[in-house]
Amino acid sequence: MTNILVEWVIKTVVILLILVTAVAYLTFLERKVMGWIQLRVGPNRVGPWGLLQPLADGLKMIFKEDIIPSQSNQWLYILAPALSLVPALMTFIVIPYGSEITLFGRTIELHVTRMNVGLLYIFALTSVGVYGIVLAGWSSNNKYSLMGGLRSSAQMISYELALGLSIVSVLLYSGSLDLVEIVNKQSGWLGHTGWNVFRFPLMFVFIIFYIASLAETNRTPFDLPEADSELVAGYHTEYSSMKFVMFQMAEYLNLITSSSIATALFLGGWNGPFVGRLPILGPVYFATKALVLIFTAMWIRYTVPRFRYDQLMRFGWTTMLPVAIINIIITATVIVLFP
Amino acid sequence: MPSLESIEISRLWTLASIDRANLRTSWIMVNYVPVLLILILAIGMATVILVLSRFAARNRPTREKLLPYECGVEPVGTSRERQSVRFYLVAMAFLLFDIEAVFLIPWAVVFRGVLESETYRNLKWVFYGEMMVFMVVLFVGLVYVWRKGILEWNR
Amino acid sequence: MEKASIIIFFVFAAAAVLSALNILLQRNPLYSALSLIVTLLSLSALYLTLHAEFIAVIQIVVYAGAIMVLFIFVIMLLNVPAAQPQIEKQKGLRYLAIPFAGILIAETFYVVLSIGKRSMPSVPAGTEAQAVGTTWSIGTSLFTDYLLPFEVTSVLILMAVVGAMVLARREGD
Repeated sequence: MTNILVEWVIKTVVILLILVTAVAYLTFLERKVMGWIQLRVGPNRVGPWGLLQPLADGLKMIFKEDIIPSQSNQWLYILAPALSLVPALMTFIVIPYGSEITLFGRTIELHVTRMNVGLLYIFALTSVGVYGIVLAGWSSNNKYSLMGGLRSSAQMISYELALGLSIVSVLLYSGSLDLVEIVNKQSGWLGHTGWNVFRFPLMFVFIIFYIASLAETNRTPFDLPEADSELVAGYHTEYSSMKFVMFQMAEYLNLITSSSIATALFLGGWNGPFVGRLPILGPVYFATKALVLIFTAMWIRYTVPRFRYDQLMRFGWTTMLPVAIINIIITATVIVLFP
Repeated sequence: MPSLESIEISRLWTLASIDRANLRTSWIMVNYVPVLLILILAIGMATVILVLSRFAARNRPTREKLLPYECGVEPVGTSRERQSVRFYLVAMAFLLFDIEAVFLIPWAVVFRGVLESETYRNLKWVFYGEMMVFMVVLFVGLVYVWRKGILEWNR
Repeated sequence: MEKASIIIFFVFAAAAVLSALNILLQRNPLYSALSLIVTLLSLSALYLTLHAEFIAVIQIVVYAGAIMVLFIFVIMLLNVPAAQPQIEKQKGLRYLAIPFAGILIAETFYVVLSIGKRSMPSVPAGTEAQAVGTTWSIGTSLFTDYLLPFEVTSVLILMAVVGAMVLARREGD
């Protein structure tokens, strides 16, 4: 019993450390990508090639003054960023990063835990993540925050439907909610032909899932309720210093989560050439695919203009949702007709 | 005639298999302990971050800093004004379609297994058709919401 | 192993009861809604101890994730103020409440104490008791034994959609 407990603790701590570093360097990557797309160099002063920039940013944010607005609802004001951050961190224990490696004579499976309902667990955490935003908007005692919070959470719940329904299409093929099993089923010839994205209806479902996840994590082009020049930064207007950092961390963590889920569901997770012989390649492939999706999200951010809020809601309900439903019908029909 | 020892052994074996079954399912639920673990660690991390800013940052509140931000002018009106009822409608529609998704998920998970299993093979088209009926009914609901203009957010 | 499951049960049961009490004791309706969310999360953990993992997660997705979002939106839209202490108009009702509460408590005790003594008609013979809350069993029984309630549910959801939209919209809005 203690063996398993120690294993869990070590895996969880390693994952948390990797995540915190990843979030910090994602902010750096975002600024670099923004720079390159805008034909300039991003931050490159603070260390070799600017690599210590996240450290400088972090230190700056720690020393900023923490202003709590006077009439705000103090308890909720402090709780809201934690309510946003904690579910974002909790999703990473069910994602498989590799098959298994042998270290010090023990076989270690590269996922923290394996749940029969892993995918639903992630869906549940996304549903709980809405509360951080709506409570932040309310507790700030600022009408722009309230409007931004309500709009942002209404957007999140609208696109959560399209997200959930696109997951159903994948479930029709894989027959299990367990992410480990979904990834295991995607190993084809030389590790790349079995990916879900190469099956007929699922290539479109991947696009729906990706767009819905961009909207779910409040990334551009869906970031009207929180963009810097609209609605005075929306629900995190009144937040300063570390609470603001927690919101930004939660946003980047959600981006990493959606990219990781997308690679696990559609791009074959850790599958790739020669993974059977060299299991350490599993996490490498996984990280590469997730980074490609993250880079694409950043690329889209600096290429496409923002949606107006009513266009966004209309798109979510009248286009994404019906297309997801039709995809489920088509996938089920394909499975029934061609077993 | 079976000896007392063999009866005793078979009874113990039965008990042990029941126990093993219990233990097996208990070990499945043990998979959920890391959820608690990472919950505690994540709450700890959030607390550390909050406490860090409390101690490391300066704290010099002035009246202007504590007012709600309204592009630099004095705030006008209360911050808790009535919002549009459209948010309620969106939340209600989300709830109902979420319930639909909840019904879709076990169907999707068992769908392929049902098509291939022996017991349910005759019910293949029933399984398929039932859910199509369900989805068509809900699609009608979506079309209703769409046509009634609930989804239009023009102010 | 046994001791751990007993501890877990009592921790989450206490959390559920305390947050349920907190719903009643809070003046601010938003805090009551948040306590309700905590109650639902504790109940979900209790479902996990009963090996019903699918139900536990769906409880969070639907109840704590959709229904409570609806509640919180309504509280915020209507700007429901914190409850003010009010003067009791009819003092006699207080004395009427005590025997009724006593009857309710007696009923609850009766139901709880007779659980082991009556036969439960729900689980058909031959199924494993541990397989009730799993996704496979729910999926198959939903479409074989419980098909009619399932289809009726779809019509019920349609009714709820239409009803909510009709009631909440004003004409010309």
